[in-house]
Formats: sequence, structure tokens, C-alpha cells
Amino acid sequence: MNAIARTAASARAGLVQALMVAALGLGVVMVAGHLQASALHDAAHDVRHATGFPCH
Amino acid sequence: MASRLLTSALFAGFCTGLIAALLQFVFVQPVLLHAELYESGQLVHFGAEPVSAHPDLGGIDVMRDALSVLFSALVYTGYALVLVALMSLAEASGAKITARTGLIWGIAGFVAVHFAPAISLPPEVPGVAAADVVARQVWWFATVAATGVALALIAFARSWAAWAVAVVLLLAPHLIGAPHPDSFAGTVPPELAAMFASRALGVGLAAWVVLGCLAGHFWQREGLRQNAAA
Repeated sequence: MNAIARTAASARAGLVQALMVAALGLGVVMVAGHLQASALHDAAHDVRHATGFPCH
Repeated sequence: MASRLLTSALFAGFCTGLIAALLQFVFVQPVLLHAELYESGQLVHFGAEPVSAHPDLGGIDVMRDALSVLFSALVYTGYALVLVALMSLAEASGAKITARTGLIWGIAGFVAVHFAPAISLPPEVPGVAAADVVARQVWWFATVAATGVALALIAFARSWAAWAVAVVLLLAPHLIGAPHPDSFAGTVPPELAAMFASRALGVGLAAWVVLGCLAGHFWQREGLRQNAAA
């Protein structure tokens, strides 16, 4: 593999990893801040209000 | 690369979540507890007798507050994962990521996830009338996405056309309008609702400034550490 191909491959790997980490973060925010399951809602209630998420 | 992303995001997000929880306890929670007295009907405003603006809010509820710390840490860790991922992409295309530049990333994050949605859907104090929660969540996510893309275009694009698209994306959610209730039935005094919204935004700004700086700091530090180890 020449240097240019290696750089392109590592840039692609970086993009894929960044997208996966961003998706993981989005999932955490969804579960902690937006799912309406009642146990989750009650536990996260004060934080949801204080962080400006739609609650109830 | 993946470990650098995860390590810096977890450190930055967890620390920010603890700081945000502390600020929320001091500045937001008293307003929220006060509003709940009206939500539950223990206090009623516009009655025959004037109601004191300084009621006894009770002591600390350990379980409730511990859950708030936990969820604050979770929410900001989630935000940190997205923020650091975007920082890594910006760095790969030539941007410099440090604690100092992280400050601007943090302010931009605050604008995207707190300030822009709050322009048409203010942080809700308990006991206010509101439209269907799913409709509000859909509008919230759409607004955050549109504002985030707009800010990225303003920061990184180099053409007037892209900046024009950014302006359209910034304005569109508010011109379309957020879901609002058909009638007002809120029980909480407007003084408390206004205080709650401004306190929530103030704490959000402080937390995001911390998050941006810490994310920039840990991203740079983890990069140096991994380069030294390689």
C-alpha cells in the first residue's frame, strides 16, 4: 500500500469511528433524556426539565 | 483513535455532568421544587390571599438528587461523545482542537441544543400546559439538527451560498413553529416560569462552556499521550 492509499484508508477509518462514537452519544442522550418509559422518566425528571428537554 | 475518542469524551462528559448537577441543585432545583408546590395544588396563586414567594421547600431528597446526578452525568457524557467525534473530524480536515478552541465548540453546542430550541420551546417548568410530548420531541431534534448543521456551515464553509443555507436552517424551525398547546392551563406563576427558563439556560451555557474546554483539553492530551506511546 503506498502512502496516499494509507492516508486515505486511515481517514476513512477515522470517519467511521467518529460516526460510531457520535451515534453512541446520540443513543445515550435519547435514553437518558427522551425515552418516555415511566421509570426512566421519573428518574430523569429533574434533569430533563433543567436541560430543556420536552418532558411529560 | 477509537480509544482516544472514548477516553476524552468520557472524562469530559462525566466531569461536566457533575458540575452541571451541582449548578442545577443550587440554581434550578429550588425553582423547580417551588413550581411543584403549584403543580400539586399545595399553593394557588391569584387566590383571595397573597401567596408568599418564599415557601419552605423541604430538605434534600437523597434518592431523587442522586438520580439527578447520575442522569446529568449520562446526558453530558452523551453530548461529549458527539462533540468529540465532531472535533476529531474537524481536526482531520485541518482545524486546531485545544481547550481554548473548545470554548467556541462549547458555546456552539449550547446554541444548538439549548438556546435554539428554547427560542420557540422554552425550558418547561413543571405544571405548565404543553402540546403532545412526541410532537415536541420531533421538533426539538429537528431544531437541534438544523441549528447544528447551520453552525458547522458558518464555521467551516467558504461560500456565500453555504452561509445563506445556514441562515435558512437557523430560521426555519422558528418560522415553521414549535408545537404549542390549544389552551393555557398552567398553574405556575409567570415569575417562576420565567426564572426557571432563564436559570436553565444560564446553567446550560456554563455546562457547555466547561464541556467544550474539557473536551478540547482531553482530546489534545490523549493525542499527545498516544503519540508518545506509539
